[in-house]
Amino acid sequence: MKNIYTRVFRGGNGLASFVAVALLLLVVLPCSLDIFRLNLLGKYLTYAFVAVGLVMLWGKAGVLSLGQGVFFGLGGYCMAMFLKLEASDPVSTKIQSTPGIPDFMDWNQLTHLPAFWIPFKSLSFSLCAVILLPTLVAFIIGMAMFKRRVGGVYFAVITQALALILSMGIDSRQGYTGGRNGITDLKTLCGWDIRTHHAQYILYFVTCALLLGAILFSQWLLSGKVGKMLLAIRDREDRVRFSGYDVSMFKVAAFCFAAALSGIGGALFVLQVGFISPSLVGIVPSIEMVIFAAVGGRASLYGAVYGTLLVNTGKSLFSENFPQLWLFAMGGLFIGVVVLFPDGLAGLCDLARKKTGLAIKKLRAGSSSITAPEIAQTIVKGEES
Amino acid sequence: MMFAYTGAELWNIAVMQGFAGLSLFSVLLLMALGLAIIFGQMGVVNLAHGEFMALGAYTVYLCSTLVSNHAPALQPYYFVIAIFVAFLVAALVGLLVEWSLIRFLYKRPLDTLLATWGLSLIMQQSFRSIFGAREVTPTLPEWLMGSFKPTPSIDIPINGVFVMGLTLLLTFGVWFFMFRSRTGLHMRATVQNRAMSDAVGINTKLVDRFTFCLGCGIAGVAGAAFTTIGSTGPDSGSRYIVDTFLVVVLGGTASLLGTIASAFGIAQAQSISEFFLEGTMGKVAVLSGIVIVLMIRPKGLFPSKVRTHS
Repeated sequence: MKNIYTRVFRGGNGLASFVAVALLLLVVLPCSLDIFRLNLLGKYLTYAFVAVGLVMLWGKAGVLSLGQGVFFGLGGYCMAMFLKLEASDPVSTKIQSTPGIPDFMDWNQLTHLPAFWIPFKSLSFSLCAVILLPTLVAFIIGMAMFKRRVGGVYFAVITQALALILSMGIDSRQGYTGGRNGITDLKTLCGWDIRTHHAQYILYFVTCALLLGAILFSQWLLSGKVGKMLLAIRDREDRVRFSGYDVSMFKVAAFCFAAALSGIGGALFVLQVGFISPSLVGIVPSIEMVIFAAVGGRASLYGAVYGTLLVNTGKSLFSENFPQLWLFAMGGLFIGVVVLFPDGLAGLCDLARKKTGLAIKKLRAGSSSITAPEIAQTIVKGEES
Repeated sequence: MMFAYTGAELWNIAVMQGFAGLSLFSVLLLMALGLAIIFGQMGVVNLAHGEFMALGAYTVYLCSTLVSNHAPALQPYYFVIAIFVAFLVAALVGLLVEWSLIRFLYKRPLDTLLATWGLSLIMQQSFRSIFGAREVTPTLPEWLMGSFKPTPSIDIPINGVFVMGLTLLLTFGVWFFMFRSRTGLHMRATVQNRAMSDAVGINTKLVDRFTFCLGCGIAGVAGAAFTTIGSTGPDSGSRYIVDTFLVVVLGGTASLLGTIASAFGIAQAQSISEFFLEGTMGKVAVLSGIVIVLMIRPKGLFPSKVRTHS
């Protein structure tokens, strides 16, 4: 038990970060925001799943995927298919020419449910698919690419192409997928109305709990051998290979893990927002999810949560007040975070901690009576050294 | 569905469809040429490449507006000059971008990718603020309009032929420059072995800057050519960026011939599949095919034979 504790929290430091995030998500934000804003926040937190996955994949293993929206979308569509089938029971769709099938199928002259929709009548199948389908897709792609030592920018470009393929594919098969509008009008989960305020509160807390769980599990993975291997692969891949390890399998595993997390995020998105559409799958959302992780600090699990919340809050504030400036701000953010702060918020925190630590050390070494200007001076000196 | 046509009709369709494929081929090749230099030679992923094309297109639009407002007599000739202006403008902006952004990121290719995506967002919004969200079309000279008809039922547009000619010219120019000029030699030497090139007295930093600049300039020319076949909007560049990258990657990054071959293959596959499959499904099929080929042959169809130190 103690072993797990030290692995997950790495002593007191990790515990403090965890408690800070947990307090913010579970106490501070629910107490200070109305349900509309909280629901919006819950939506952002589903992106944080993707960001946490990217921290594992990109920050730790050094593999950048620009197609995480694919997995987010797959998870989301699996959930949405179940909810849509529940929402289109024969009674409520009796005005259609074929009752009992989703409305967009009826509009597209389909007369029976396509075969691949049928298993999604079962909740347990759908929940498994939310996790397993993205993992499977990631496994196939990962095996094909990493086994042949395709990495770096090639991997990024090809995953970006996948995001384009999936979003265009969904878009063009309207009768089977809902097309550009996506799957909408989702109402209940096993009879439980997910649109009420009460349900939105519960879903928000479920999202938070799962997110915190995902972070702790990732932390546990990283503190063991896997974490060390991933870092070693990121920093000197050929040396790891020469030491006799199968580098590609570690990369595949990291890719699958990131995909599974994204899938869970997508499913929670659907539950909270009530729809899914190809616009959440394509190139733009996929690359935006990378910037969430980059702003928080690409190698920091907790940073991913802060980064996601910060960028999305900024996005909604900007697009409400200065819509023309939003793209400039986003573009500047991409450039700034890469050129000036490659370690993101987490890097800034570390820097601040180091400086104040230095200052405090010097203060303790010095005399007991110190004035404010002297403290400032010590901090400045700490910056210089 | 194929049996509903007579033999002559099928032949006409094949000719027109083949021409559409050739037209798409020249478009893809034009886009990919600049990228083949920047990505293939330098290994820099420039996601703002499409915006450099849009920049070239907007430059032509500006030239056209200026000419029709101030010197209508020049109307038939301005387009040729506008192509050069588009090259210069795109190359200059490229120079600025290399100097202010790219040169700090040569050691971090994945970060270049994110930074140039940011750049593309900024350029898109700049276009939108300056030229408006609506698509614009420059006034084309008379000789670019219309079409010619070798037989009554075959219809070949002149602007398509023009784009094709320009593509041929530009491809030849790039080949000549890369393989027959001293600067091209320096560029290839820098790609193969940077340290050694430095040691024999090549200013590799200058070569980098020049290469990036040249690639952007070619993107500008591509954009200028596109104004003859379609209108330009703030986000027209970003629509093609993935296709362009796939052309270069599928061809094998360091090979000019590979880029040409893959542009040809993708264009023909796409125009044929678009004829038989409805809507965007044809494009989805082609893109999936490319990705599958790339999974089997990750270095592309024409991989470089040179071993490089990575």
